Amino acid sequence: MKFIDYYKILGINKSATEKEIKKAYRKLARKYHPDVNPNDKEAEKKFKEINEANEVLSNPENRKKYDQYGKDWKHAEEFEKAKQQQQEQQQYQRQYSGSHFSESDFSDYFESMFGKQTSSRGSRQQMKFKGQDYNAELVLQLRDVYKSHKQIVTVNGKNIRLTIPAGIENGQVIKIKGKGGAGRNGGPNGDLYIRFVINNNTDFKREGSTLYKTVEIDLYTAVLGGTITTATFDGKVKLKIAAGTQNGAKVKLKGKGFPVYKKKDQFGDLIITYTVRIPTHLSAKEKELFKELQKLR
Amino acid sequence: MSKQKLLLVDTLCSTYKIDVSFINELRGVGLLKVKTIEQSEYIHIDVLSDLEKMIRLHQDLNVNIEGIDVIFNLLQKVESLQNELTSVKNRLCLYEN
Repeated sequence: MKFIDYYKILGINKSATEKEIKKAYRKLARKYHPDVNPNDKEAEKKFKEINEANEVLSNPENRKKYDQYGKDWKHAEEFEKAKQQQQEQQQYQRQYSGSHFSESDFSDYFESMFGKQTSSRGSRQQMKFKGQDYNAELVLQLRDVYKSHKQIVTVNGKNIRLTIPAGIENGQVIKIKGKGGAGRNGGPNGDLYIRFVINNNTDFKREGSTLYKTVEIDLYTAVLGGTITTATFDGKVKLKIAAGTQNGAKVKLKGKGFPVYKKKDQFGDLIITYTVRIPTHLSAKEKELFKELQKLR
Repeated sequence: MSKQKLLLVDTLCSTYKIDVSFINELRGVGLLKVKTIEQSEYIHIDVLSDLEKMIRLHQDLNVNIEGIDVIFNLLQKVESLQNELTSVKNRLCLYEN
């Protein structure tokens, strides 16, 4: 366990007055408060440190103990015992834990020195607060989100049955109401935010509900026309290739793309790009015939 | 409208220990929609988490109403830019590999 320099965290010196501590804390809190830094883990970590530093330095008793034992925190036990009874009688509410992090977020250093107490600022004790919002990430394959399906996910030890709508986007976040942390003092539960990471290891590229695929055709089919069979996301289709199809030519297969998110039975398009495969390693006969063709043009 | 998803402003004020003038000021700058039904004022439960955030910004960080308005506007911009970034990243996949 490492010594934590709370003065350094707040950017103040050891002789700072209560007013200076408060000012430094407020300034840093405005910068790193989770409400103004949504989904920023670094800011959240920093805010916890600032909060912890403030917990210690803004409380004269804690500050005295910290100044006295600071680096020798292991010897603070006697001091702790003397105050234990008093502390046990007090039920404090932690100021910022409501929607962002749990009460166990003080460092080991803090807890070894001051025990598992929570904030001493009692101005909001007994206030009802919505529980902590949880953020989770769910990794799925592109094929998994072609059809709506139910899946059980475990978040903080709780099993939650989810319906994953077809067509959900990579990076999309959905909110599951009331599945976050329990509310405090009778407040409503927090929400669960699930961010979807959709891995694509298919031959298709996706942009929203539009799918893209590159299909190779041989030179003769491109020149003379013909029929090929290619796979779409939901099965094979036969395609007519027009005579004289150019390399890079595109065709649109309406309704053969990806499902449109939350629009039942609606599908995007599949755009197929043809690449013409030029024959290599020609035999002498083939070379001769190509030369004849060249002469004709 | 059903009152099931509405929260009485008076109850909110006593629960969160805020003055009703705070709610009125938020309404004044367009940050909060308040519905009046039979002379009682309500907010919709869906905006509760936003209201809680405004209370925290006000009480924890000493941010005034105008400041909260600015923060909320900027947060909306951040969210829209994040969505745009996600969409651009997804499009970029089309050209990779």
